[in-house]
Amino acid sequence: MRSLVSALAIGLVFGAGIIISGMSNPAKVLNFFDLAGTWDPSLLLVMTSALVVTLVGYSWVFKRPAPLFDVRFHLPTRRDLDLPLVGGRRFSASVGDYLASAPVGRYRPLVLVSPLPSCLSTQCL
Amino acid sequence: MQENYSTADFGILTYKRPISNMITDFSPISALLGGTLIGTAAIALMVLHGRIAGMTGILSGAMDTADRNRGWRFAFLLGAIAAPLVATLTMGQPLPFASDAPVGAVLFSGVIVGIGVSLAGGCTSGHGVCGNARLSPRSMVATAIFMAFTFATVFIVRHVLGGF
Repeated sequence: MRSLVSALAIGLVFGAGIIISGMSNPAKVLNFFDLAGTWDPSLLLVMTSALVVTLVGYSWVFKRPAPLFDVRFHLPTRRDLDLPLVGGRRFSASVGDYLASAPVGRYRPLVLVSPLPSCLSTQCL
Repeated sequence: MQENYSTADFGILTYKRPISNMITDFSPISALLGGTLIGTAAIALMVLHGRIAGMTGILSGAMDTADRNRGWRFAFLLGAIAAPLVATLTMGQPLPFASDAPVGAVLFSGVIVGIGVSLAGGCTSGHGVCGNARLSPRSMVATAIFMAFTFATVFIVRHVLGGF
């Protein structure tokens, strides 16, 4: 139960970050990629700050033996570069995200299954 | 839709498209603040749950009926989906949202993005934030590729094809 409340709260913080950064607006995300048009560099600062904060935070987290609500960290271990990684990502992320006028990746499957208003389902990073 | 059009001339390439509501202003402070919150959530999910804060990874894991321990996934997704609802109710007005994409294009995109992130093993939050923060080579390559190809796609669709 404690773990569920925690995950819910973390999800809210994540969502708040997307909203405050302006990335819940597909136009803002797309404009970052429109160098030749209505360029808006905001996304660069969003990703950079998120990355730097996470980088510093992770270095502290991984000094601990285990997370609080689990017996171990669940981390991907693969370090090779295979074809699906390279080919799959570029196919979907570029064409798909553009066409959806929505940010890269997050929640895209929800667009299909969710009866929620579009502003919710395309709340993406 | 207002009848404002932007036109540009790239030699042999000219384009004209409505710009009405698609223009956004650079917002450095809110971008840094929002990014910091996203990073904070990623750290919290790792230190508390030992999990990567990758949206598509968490979503696909939530669909795995064999996983008896997936409650946290639904809780996290619920929180993230509830955030704009909470924001809208608190502020008393809808969040800024503009998209000229037809519904059919959004649906089609949903399918191919879902396939792509499954193949690549992650999305912008999983690879772009968490994976890069772990200095994973796979994440760095995935991020470089999806960024590069999104720049190219946007250029082609907006400026060559003159699309939305």
